Amino acid sequence: MSNVLELQESDVHHGHEAHHEHHHHETFITKYVFSQDHKMIAKQFLITGMIWAIIGGLFSVLFRLQLGYPESTFPWLEDLLGHWAKGGKILPEFYYALVTMHGTILVFFVLTAGLSGTFANFLIPLQIGARDMASPLLNMLSYWFFFLASIIMFSSLFVQTGPASGGWTIYPPLSALGDASSGSKIGMDLWLTSMAMFIVSSLLGGLNYISTILNLRTKGMSMTRMPLTIWALFFTAVLGVLSFPVLLSGAILLLFDRNLGTSFFLSDIYVNGKILPNEGGSAILFQHLFWFLGHPEVYIILLPAMGMSSEIISVNSRKPIFGYMAMVGSLFAIAILAFLVWAHHMFVTGLNPFLGSFFVLLTLLIAVPSAIKVFNWLTTLWRANIRFTPGMLFAIGFVSLFISGGLTGIFLGNSALDIHLHDTYFVVAHFHIVMGVASFFGMFAGVYHWFPKMYGRYLNNTLAYIHFWITIIGAYLIFWPMHYEGLAGMPRRYYDFSGWESFKMFGGLNEFISVVAMIVFAAQLLFVLNFFHSIFKGRKVTTANPWGANTLEWTTPIRPGHGNWVGEIPEVYRGAYDYGKDGREFIPQTEPVGENESHH
Amino acid sequence: MTQFLLIAIVVMIFVVIFQIAKASEYVSVLKGEEKARKQNNKINAFLLISFLILGLIGVWWCNDLYYSKTLFPMGAASEMGQKIDLMLYITIGVTGVVFVVTQVLLFWFSFKYQENDDRKAFYFPHNTKLELLWTTVPAIFLTVLVVFGLKYWFKMTSDAPKDAVVVEVTGHQFAWEFRYPGPDNILGKKNYKLTKGANSLGVDFNDPASLDDIHVSATMHIPVNKPVKFVINAQDVIHDVGLSHFRLKMDAVPGIPTTLWFTPLYTTEEMKVRSGNPNFVYEISCDQMCGKGHFSMRGVIIVESAADYKMWLATQKPEYYTVFPDKAPNATPTDTSSVKQMPLAAVMASGK
Repeated sequence: MSNVLELQESDVHHGHEAHHEHHHHETFITKYVFSQDHKMIAKQFLITGMIWAIIGGLFSVLFRLQLGYPESTFPWLEDLLGHWAKGGKILPEFYYALVTMHGTILVFFVLTAGLSGTFANFLIPLQIGARDMASPLLNMLSYWFFFLASIIMFSSLFVQTGPASGGWTIYPPLSALGDASSGSKIGMDLWLTSMAMFIVSSLLGGLNYISTILNLRTKGMSMTRMPLTIWALFFTAVLGVLSFPVLLSGAILLLFDRNLGTSFFLSDIYVNGKILPNEGGSAILFQHLFWFLGHPEVYIILLPAMGMSSEIISVNSRKPIFGYMAMVGSLFAIAILAFLVWAHHMFVTGLNPFLGSFFVLLTLLIAVPSAIKVFNWLTTLWRANIRFTPGMLFAIGFVSLFISGGLTGIFLGNSALDIHLHDTYFVVAHFHIVMGVASFFGMFAGVYHWFPKMYGRYLNNTLAYIHFWITIIGAYLIFWPMHYEGLAGMPRRYYDFSGWESFKMFGGLNEFISVVAMIVFAAQLLFVLNFFHSIFKGRKVTTANPWGANTLEWTTPIRPGHGNWVGEIPEVYRGAYDYGKDGREFIPQTEPVGENESHH
Repeated sequence: MTQFLLIAIVVMIFVVIFQIAKASEYVSVLKGEEKARKQNNKINAFLLISFLILGLIGVWWCNDLYYSKTLFPMGAASEMGQKIDLMLYITIGVTGVVFVVTQVLLFWFSFKYQENDDRKAFYFPHNTKLELLWTTVPAIFLTVLVVFGLKYWFKMTSDAPKDAVVVEVTGHQFAWEFRYPGPDNILGKKNYKLTKGANSLGVDFNDPASLDDIHVSATMHIPVNKPVKFVINAQDVIHDVGLSHFRLKMDAVPGIPTTLWFTPLYTTEEMKVRSGNPNFVYEISCDQMCGKGHFSMRGVIIVESAADYKMWLATQKPEYYTVFPDKAPNATPTDTSSVKQMPLAAVMASGK
């Protein structure tokens, strides 16, 4: 590699002319706290997301303890949780708060902000050849609104009546009435306020991602030459910008119903001995508003993982991603369909059957672009020359989980079957595999693959391999048997099944799942340890392009400074996937097309 | 004490793994990083193919362990439910084949095409024929599943037969209430603002149709082999009438009544034999998160022969008399015994 690429961060500020505004001396505050550098903001999102993931994961360990051992008491729980675990047993109210916060944290704070916040910020400018985001200031605000949302959500864990406990879907009237649940008191107001801040953060980020991708691509980087990561992050941002405002409206109307006496979602209610005056509202209306975001949200979580896995699979297969245009087209199809299927979460609400039939059709239609993606990934692996870096293993794991969880979606999208399976452990298994664990795998793949670019060091490989194997085996052990519980109709969000003749036979299985869940959680701590240790002590990266990849981020210095490239931004002459072409292992995007190069 | 020991052990394991991992990095430097990388590649390729084989064995084993605990072996207890089971089997068949084929290809390709210095990756950026193939084939299979699904969907959401037994189901935190229309076969009107004291459902007793309505809690009786229609509502928050044995479910929403209907095929007694469980009981589970007692919101359905059902119904006293005890026939304190005796007489008459 040329010497230019090995220049260090310190050289960058003096070396180029374009970035007048960044010439000023950076203090600790402007560099690490109120940074406007997209790479630092990405790291802030990632580390905040990791902290949330540990909290959210810990919550799942706590409620799995209850599910696995409903008859036992653990005195140390009382030491830890005080009156929420009186006598060493988690109270039902707190169990439901744990379940609710686990869902909220993982869906929004980890797999939305932590995933696309991290990688959209980090990869968009680096992979399209831009010095930073279109608006670094809005980008910084995006993180700080997320931080504010985090603080508010975190504080709700400590209010006396407890955090929100009506499920992450916060269906009213349960979430609207403090009389119906202690979690629907101040905890719910904090939840809604936090979510409003979160949505502001997501919109600021999303608008920035879209305008950056559309406007700041380097010379030669036409849309069809962009890496699939960028396409995926682009559609993700579009989904977020169009759907999050609808949740915001739902959240605000719910705040009105809770605090101002309106009746948007309330009607004919007798609760806790009180006859409420509200009439004419519709509880179902909220579900429409919620799922109009809620379903695209699934793809907001999943698309970045798909994009990163596509990129990582291609790089490590040393082969072009099979069917680039089909991959872009299927991402597009999924993004469009994501808006047209929300009511498949509502087949049991008494929805008009005729309307329901459209949602069945459109939902199952998503299986077609999903199938295209899966077969294209498989064909990419076919006759490849695969290097099993930790990133690659997680990308392969992502495909495996996406298949397993995607197929059960065919059951749930078909309304007649959904009626039986709705709100059972079948659903828990389905969405944990396809959107929870699979997206985590995409995220891990991304972290392992781009960590060298983030910190100029490698993560420890041995720990990475241990992490991968425990996680994929554990994920299947946890969620696969849950399908059987679901087929038996075992409802989700139950604190204890021992009083049910129909479900109590799964007690042994629940205990097994809980044990595995704890082991898998411990393995994630191994990753956290590896991450923070390697930032400071990891093996140093010595070549600019350690994976032999084509994309632009590997043409920057090993540790790019603010502005990313020293001197001119490189020009792009080809797509991102010329691996193995004309007998050459890889041809970077910056290399002009040769005269004798074959066309395909 | 034990918990500290446990924590200490866990921390120890962490430290050991961490030290091994660090040592392995030094070893790889000594061995030559390229060599160590290639060795890791071989190990992981081998592990991937092992994972596939053990995983497929595990899938089979898991099925062996838990299939008997699903609801399939005893079959669905409603006509509609049996069709849904058939559809489940077909969907499991189709997706099962896709699952095995794609997972096998994924891990087998990973193993077979692991890095090898003697081979170069095959440059294969796209192939329109192949892509059209795997666009159309899934589309065809899905069309079949959609057609099947919608046929049953419209059937199960169709209007209940005219002669269906009507039961009103009301959910509240955290129990189920059932109301039968009585001899006139019309459920009396309700108004939630009338909910007070003994009139716990808010029935409007100014409506003559409500005078013969019967209200029971927690346990519902229905006749076998006769269509049953539930009119479902909730008093406080959203609940859900979950009927796993009948393969049905419907939300109970305050202010918006919903309905569902089905024809039970087996009495509770018959199901005890079919399931091999002498304690078998049809349970109504609340399937929509409704607050801290959600998990205990249990209802019971007793499916019995038409004769038993009739007899049970005859023993029930209209709710009107519970709400207004003074209006009950023979309401004078000395005469309450006759009300209790009537059912006994009915039992005698049936010859049981």
